[in-house]
Amino acid sequence: MDLEAGHIVPYRTFIFVWITLMVLTLTTVLVSRMDLGPLNIWVALGIACFKSGLVIFYFMHMQYERLIFRAYLFVALLILAIFIGLTFFDVLYR
Amino acid sequence: MAEISSASAKSDRGFLTPSGRGLFGWIFSTDHKRIGLLYLYAILTFFMVGVFLGFLIRLELIAPGRTIVNAQTYNALFTLHGVIMIFLFIIPVVPAILGNLVMPIQIGARDVAFPRLNLLSWWIYVIGSMMALASLFGGGGPPDTGWTFYVPFSTEATTTNVTMAASAVFVLGFSSILTGVNFITTIHRLRAPGVTWFRLTLFTWALYATAWIQILAGPILAITVALIVVERVFGTGMFDPLKGGDPLMYQHLFWIYSHPAVYIMILPGMGIISDIIPTFSRKPIFGYWAIAVSSLAIAFAGSLVWSHHMFTSGMSDMAVFVFSLLTFLVAIPSAVKVFNWVATMYKGSISLDPPMLYALAFIVQFLIGGLTGLVIGSAGTDIHVHDTYFIVGHFHYVMFGGAAFAFFGGLHFWLPKFFGRMYNKKIATWAWGIMVVGFNMLYFPMLILGLQGMPRRYFDYLSRYQPLNVLSTVGSWILVTGLILMFVNLFRGLLRGPEAGNSPWDARTLEWTISSPPPHENFEEIPVVDTYPYDYS
Repeated sequence: MDLEAGHIVPYRTFIFVWITLMVLTLTTVLVSRMDLGPLNIWVALGIACFKSGLVIFYFMHMQYERLIFRAYLFVALLILAIFIGLTFFDVLYR
Repeated sequence: MAEISSASAKSDRGFLTPSGRGLFGWIFSTDHKRIGLLYLYAILTFFMVGVFLGFLIRLELIAPGRTIVNAQTYNALFTLHGVIMIFLFIIPVVPAILGNLVMPIQIGARDVAFPRLNLLSWWIYVIGSMMALASLFGGGGPPDTGWTFYVPFSTEATTTNVTMAASAVFVLGFSSILTGVNFITTIHRLRAPGVTWFRLTLFTWALYATAWIQILAGPILAITVALIVVERVFGTGMFDPLKGGDPLMYQHLFWIYSHPAVYIMILPGMGIISDIIPTFSRKPIFGYWAIAVSSLAIAFAGSLVWSHHMFTSGMSDMAVFVFSLLTFLVAIPSAVKVFNWVATMYKGSISLDPPMLYALAFIVQFLIGGLTGLVIGSAGTDIHVHDTYFIVGHFHYVMFGGAAFAFFGGLHFWLPKFFGRMYNKKIATWAWGIMVVGFNMLYFPMLILGLQGMPRRYFDYLSRYQPLNVLSTVGSWILVTGLILMFVNLFRGLLRGPEAGNSPWDARTLEWTISSPPPHENFEEIPVVDTYPYDYS
C-alpha cells in the first residue's frame, strides 16, 4: 500500500539529475563536432541511453518501484536494443 | 462443475439483458463481454468491406488487360484491401473480440484490469477506422502505395491521401497497444485463486505472448507511420538520400513492427486451436508446457526476423545471411505446436463438430503457409519468387487459411456460450466444406503462378497465366458463397436457434461453468480452481 502512497524525493536529487542531463546534452553537442569514426554512433547512443535511464529512474520514479516493473522495463529496453543492434548487420556491412 | 445454475439460465439473458440505456448501454459499457461484441460487429463490418475489395481484385484478374477497373483504381483496390484486412481486421480480430469475451472468464476474473481503458481502446479503434475510411474520399483520392507505404513513393511520388491513411494506422496502433497493456496486467493480477501459470488455458497463454508483441512492437509502427506524415508535411529528409536520409531505414522500421505483427495475427489463432483440439478429441492436450513456451518463443524469435522481407532491397549480404538464418529458427516453435496438436488427436475420441473442422482446416492450411514460408525465408530461393504471386499465395495461406480459419473456429466454439443459443451444425459443416474448397481453389493456383513468374501488384498479366487466374477467380466466388452461408447460419442461430446450454461441447475450462449467456461480472463468487484446464481423462 505504501507504494501507492508515493515516494517523496528530495529536490536536491531532482536538481542534481537535471544538471547531469544538461551536462550530457552539452557533451552530445560537443562530441558531434569530433569525428570518432564508428565510435560516433556508440557515443551518441550511449549518452542517450544514460540520459533516458536517469529520466526513467528518477523523474518517472522507476527507482522506487518493485523488482517486477524494473525487470519488465529492462526486457523492453533489451528488445529495443536488439532491434537497433540487428539493423547494424545491414548498415555496417553495406 | 458444468451443471451449476443451468436451470436458472433458461430465461436469463445474462450480460445481454437490456440495460435500459439502449445504444448507450452498449457503446459506453465497460463490461468486457459487451466490448467484445462491439468489436465483433465493428471488425466484421470491415471484414466484409475487405472481402468485397478482394472480390473485385479477383474479378479484375479474370482476364488480362483492363477488365473492370483501370490501373490506378486497381492500385487503390489492393492498397485498401491490404490496409483494411491487416490493420482493421486480422490484427485486432482475435485479441479484441475473443480475447475480450473469453480470457477474463477463463482466468476467473470479473473483468479486465482496466475496464475503462478497454472501452477507450474500442473508441480509438472506431476513430482510427473512420480516419481510414476518410482517406478514400476527397483530396487526391484513395491511397495507392500498397499497405506497406514504402518510401520514396509514399513520401514524394504519390499525390493520393497517404497522410490520412498513415495517420489512421497511427491511431489504430494505440488501440492495439492499450489492449496489450490491459491483457498483460489482467493475466498477471486478476487470476482467480488456484489459477497458477501452470493452469492457464493455452488460449490465455497465446494472448499473453501476443500482448507482449503488441506493447513492444506497436510503438515502432506508430513512429514509422508518423515519420511518413512528417516527411510528407515538412519534408525532413529522414528517408531521402539527397538530405542524408536512408530509404532502406524505412523498410527496416516498417518491418520491425510488421513482421512481429504477423505473430500478433497468428498466435491468438494458435491459442484457439489449442483450446478446441483437446475438447473435441476428449484428451488432455499433449505437451502443455511445450505449447505455452513455444508461444513465447514464437513471440521472441518472430521479433528478430523482419529483414527477410528485404532480401532483394539492396541491403548488405551479411544482413541477408543473418536474417535468413534467424528466420529458420521460427520454424521450430511453430512445428512444436503442430506436432503437439496432432499428438493430442492421436487415439483421441474425435468428434467432427464445426469448431473442430475449422481447427483441422487450420492445421493443413497453416502447414502449407508455413512450408511455403521456408521457401521464401531461404535467401537463395526468395530471389526468384520475391514480389510474385507465390508471396501472395503464401501469406494468404497463413493469414486467411490460418488466422482467419482459427477465428471462424473460435466463433463457432465460443459464440453459443455468449448468446446462449446454437447455430445449425449441419449448415455450418456445409459452409466449412465450401469455404475449404473455395479457399484452396483461390490461393493454391497463386503459388503455381508465382513459381511461373507472375508478378504481384499489377492489374494486367501475360495471357499464358490466364487459365490459373480464371481458376483462382472462380475459387473466390465459391469462398464468398461459403462465407455468406457461414455468417448467415451463425447469426441466425445465435439470435433464434435452440438453447445451447452452459457447456454445449462439454469443455472443461472455467468459461463453461457459468450460465449462458454469462452474467454481468461473470462470477457471483470468485471461483477457487484446483484442476488442470484440459482434464478430459
